Amino acid sequence: MSDLNTLTIADARDKLRAGDITSVELTEACLNATAAAEKLNAVVHHTPDLAVEQAKAADARLKKGDAPAMCGIPLGIKDLFCTKGVASQAASAILNGFKPEYESTVSGQLFDAGAVMIGKLNMDEFAMGSSNETSTYGNVLNPWRADGNDTALTPGGSSGGSAAAVAADLCLAATGTDTGGSIRQPAAFVGITGLKPTYGRCSRWGVVAFASSLDQAGPMTKTVRDAAIMFQAMAGYDPKDSTSADLALPDFEAAITGDIKGKTIGIPKEYRMDGMPDEIEKLWADGRDMLQDAGAKIADISLPHTKYALPAYYVIAPAEASSNLARYDGVRYGHRAALGQGDGITEMYEKTRAEGFGDEVKRRVMIGTYVLSAGFYDAYYNRARRVRTLIKKDFEDVFAQGVDAILTPATPSAAFELGQEFDDPVQMYLNDVFTVTVNLAGLPGIAVPAGLDGKGLPLGLQLIGKPWEEGELLNIAASLEDRAGFVAKPAKWW
Amino acid sequence: MSIDKETARKVAKLARIKVEDDALDALASEFNAILGFVEQLNEVDVDGVEPMTSVTPMRLKRREDVVTDGDQQTKVLANAPDARNGFFAVPKVVE
Repeated sequence: MSDLNTLTIADARDKLRAGDITSVELTEACLNATAAAEKLNAVVHHTPDLAVEQAKAADARLKKGDAPAMCGIPLGIKDLFCTKGVASQAASAILNGFKPEYESTVSGQLFDAGAVMIGKLNMDEFAMGSSNETSTYGNVLNPWRADGNDTALTPGGSSGGSAAAVAADLCLAATGTDTGGSIRQPAAFVGITGLKPTYGRCSRWGVVAFASSLDQAGPMTKTVRDAAIMFQAMAGYDPKDSTSADLALPDFEAAITGDIKGKTIGIPKEYRMDGMPDEIEKLWADGRDMLQDAGAKIADISLPHTKYALPAYYVIAPAEASSNLARYDGVRYGHRAALGQGDGITEMYEKTRAEGFGDEVKRRVMIGTYVLSAGFYDAYYNRARRVRTLIKKDFEDVFAQGVDAILTPATPSAAFELGQEFDDPVQMYLNDVFTVTVNLAGLPGIAVPAGLDGKGLPLGLQLIGKPWEEGELLNIAASLEDRAGFVAKPAKWW
Repeated sequence: MSIDKETARKVAKLARIKVEDDALDALASEFNAILGFVEQLNEVDVDGVEPMTSVTPMRLKRREDVVTDGDQQTKVLANAPDARNGFFAVPKVVE
């Protein structure tokens, strides 16, 4: 059977359970696709032996009739997740050679459910970036290209390898993480679905920390239904993460009923940015019509503190990063710099961190150090945390008015060219303008592919839901997906 | 607020990242671009607003004060750049 790697999770699950295909066949199709896609640089640590071993175990489980939904499904795992005995570097040179002695809770839950890992996926270093250009492994190429143009495009970031791998059918789905938009922006750039769950839904244990109050793992999949299936296996209470929510999990796939009649969808006026491309504006208006057509009510809403979300983020995230990344000191794991005669422990720290961290990571660690330093803590860090309270209140207010979900564009543009020179780092940060509010407010958000731009590149819409209401959010997203009817795939050139 | 070369040097020192002298000016200007961007936060009236401590209202769980983990010396040291006799080894700290 050919092209098994192009299956969705839902279809593969049904075929596996019916005995039409085996996980070994499915896994080999993915491994072959992966081996033929080295140009994309999406998979950075290949684990074919482990994959076949896991697939065989999955087939045995399937045969016994004891098979959870993810059993036998080949996945890519973002390099940010610690995977036992397999290199886990957060795409940083400072973790060169690091092979964890333990498994992250999320990847462990997926493997317990029978999922198969084809390898570890490229990303921005420590998840800091929006173009996957800060990785120690080099750039990931977007499988999509503009019509009649061979210029290499970014798959977005930080989960750029996950996005490219799923869009190019190297695996059926992938894990991502999202601190300011790192699941939703790359998903939109490659025409796939990306869910950032409510903060606390997926355990952060064993996921290399960037900004602990914002980080959340989630699925990156080909369809909304697949997101629901994979999310079910990733989510749940974990005593090892003190911010993990001890709440019962609903059946997320069952929440997709196709009925959104009477739901109220908010359209926030503050997301209409100056200079927003007409194509994005039109996509957004189309999305609004699609949801209305599906029976939803549309309401114009206001989220007044939206414009302060990015500046607040660029205080809070670096502050938390500077604290989290203090652990990379050349003592316990990863890289240690060669020392000169007379160098002491301080020189060891300073040289190790100078050699091991890339420029963007250094910049953010130092900005974080500055905003937390004596004399500036109140002016920057505490002020940003107060603004964060107001941003969250904006959402609470509209939900209290009866809004069920909020529709916005996912990104301010389609995928852009790799290697662009930006005058200052802030220009790159603007990629997250529509997504970062969601992290600051701890809400679930999902990017759904909704159309192509004039150059034939995918564009996505974002839906934002109420806390812990991922089921409802997935249901509304499925209606949008259904009406958008996005079926385009990148033409294979790699 | 503007960051000069000396402040950039001090921040790099606090962060324990070695930055060569000739790179400090460029670093200071990048800091200023980012801090200039976040200056917008001063427009917001935050009087009486509590700084956020937890994005989802939750009470941290308590547990029995008992040992739940440990006795994994080999695993703990497995990834160390320099481990000797069951310890992490570092350059001399005390003269």
